[in-house]
Amino acid sequence: MTTPPTDLKATLLKLEARVHDLEVTARETGQNLDAAIHPLRAEVERLRTAPVPAANAPMTRWERVQLARAPGRPTAHDYTERLVTDFTELHGDRNFADDHALIGGPGRWQGRPVMLLMQQKGRDTKSRVRRRFGMSNPEGYRKAMRLMDLADKFGLPVVCLIDTPGAYPGIEAEERGQAWAIAESIQRMVRLRVPAVCAVIGEGGSGGALAIGVGNRVLIQENAWYSVISPESCAAILWRDSAQAPKAAEALKLTAPDLLELGIVEEVIPEPVGGAHLDLDAAAAALGEAVGRHLDELGKLNEQELKAQRAARFRALGAFTES
Amino acid sequence: MALDRFFRRRRPQQQAGSDMPDLWTQCPACKESVYNRDLEANLWVCPKCNHHIRLEAGRRVEVLLDEGSFVQLSGRVHPTDPLNFQDTEAYSDRLVRAQKKTGRPDAILTGTGSILGLPVTLAVMDFAFSGGSMGSVVGEEISRAAEHAAQIGTPFVLVAASGGARMQESALSLMQMAKTTVALEGLTARGLPYVSILTDPTTGGVTASFATIADVIMAEPGALIGFAGPRVIQQTIRQSLPEGFQRAEFLLEHGMIDDVVDRRNHRNFLAGLLGVLTRRAPDALPTQQSPEQSSEQSAEAPA
Repeated sequence: MTTPPTDLKATLLKLEARVHDLEVTARETGQNLDAAIHPLRAEVERLRTAPVPAANAPMTRWERVQLARAPGRPTAHDYTERLVTDFTELHGDRNFADDHALIGGPGRWQGRPVMLLMQQKGRDTKSRVRRRFGMSNPEGYRKAMRLMDLADKFGLPVVCLIDTPGAYPGIEAEERGQAWAIAESIQRMVRLRVPAVCAVIGEGGSGGALAIGVGNRVLIQENAWYSVISPESCAAILWRDSAQAPKAAEALKLTAPDLLELGIVEEVIPEPVGGAHLDLDAAAAALGEAVGRHLDELGKLNEQELKAQRAARFRALGAFTES
Repeated sequence: MALDRFFRRRRPQQQAGSDMPDLWTQCPACKESVYNRDLEANLWVCPKCNHHIRLEAGRRVEVLLDEGSFVQLSGRVHPTDPLNFQDTEAYSDRLVRAQKKTGRPDAILTGTGSILGLPVTLAVMDFAFSGGSMGSVVGEEISRAAEHAAQIGTPFVLVAASGGARMQESALSLMQMAKTTVALEGLTARGLPYVSILTDPTTGGVTASFATIADVIMAEPGALIGFAGPRVIQQTIRQSLPEGFQRAEFLLEHGMIDDVVDRRNHRNFLAGLLGVLTRRAPDALPTQQSPEQSSEQSAEAPA
């Protein structure tokens, strides 16, 4: 029996993540871990070149969710390293702290001056913990608003790379007004005088994603998801069993093609066959091209037109009948 | 009349063993049985323990607005099942059940009216309908009400009561957070006040959008208000939550809301506030209070 394609993908991602972690550890600690790394690399190579049974067969929604959050999935940094030059990370919300899950600053997107905002999950265990797996506290959104102020001041288009399981659900986050920070960030984006292009590159987890998702254009990578709630939480509430997440993922219609059909996104950005992690350069090139094209189009609109277009875009979303 | 109907439908629990069940309501907080007439006169605040019993949207309108002033705007927009959502039950069936239970198309009631003579546009979320969850219809009706307020030049008052965005409309529900925010911009452009009243419970995507970008945020005593639900937080951090966590008083203490206001003082509070902000005199001025004592005093102030 051949391995089902998605199991193979999951295995590959796991192996690649382990290789990566080991490499980072080796680099950071100066230890020689080649003995551990080499066999893993060989196995990755073998799986990758093995005849993949129907690698481009349609995936279930749940399989896509797993792909979107797999440890080997490229993070915002992987893309910006390839697409952005002269990036200056600006830290802190000038009030409480610097959030490591949502970072940003000015840079050039394939040559175009922009203000970059991105959710960063981290690339190894240590940095994932430091970045809270991409879950921001309120100061993350407050930093984003501060950078949007700068974008308006300097006429820099805003580019948002969305990749978060959701805003962080913690005691301190609530004390400092997590809901308020998200609501205000949404409002700040509605009021932007510059173009805003948002791209979901992994997980688009609810309000924590929307807080930097109110763009003139909203794009999504082929294997990313965007939903009002994670499949696990949805299953825990509606099925009273988080193990029903695969069913919830189907019901939530949270994949890129679903969102395109619902009019939530303008465009699905293609990924290399099997997922963005299999050919990072190609994935980055497609993301760079799509975001750049929308930036160029929006560059032709003036302040009023940009605000009006963004407002009309979101005002029109919803499904209802009228008697 | 409407009041009687309200009671028959809403009575949370009958006094055990009572042979006159319609006369009494048990307070969900202190479990005392309260004579319904006393409860009604007290605007459904328990006279024994001050617990603010949750209000159905129609009752809320009667508590807030001048008698007979309400003209309904909402009601023509109906929900659909855009995702064909099916969990243990079909969304379309859930909708029909909630509609039968509440007599409304969805979890929202909007309209115009006056508070002590001051004209307002009002939107009230209905927790009785699917936990007040926000889908496309709730988002649309709130947006229309806010736009109506801007158009006719009244303040906008919103009463929040919601578990958050409605899962069964997935990303479309999520987008209502941005949509309502867009619709509220007209009030800012015209310099009109927007006041939100957070009631028990207000959580999730409702707290994280229109409910907390008001010019003035009021909350009812004891209301649970937050982004993540207490259970989710507990599961994430695996430690017990502090006493009073996410209650209205906790949020006042942390600087997130303008005041905790007793329900019996809502009309006076709003009339005084909106009168100053819009430079109009309400019909009857609220009983004089010094600003420092408003929180404390409001707890005892009669209607």
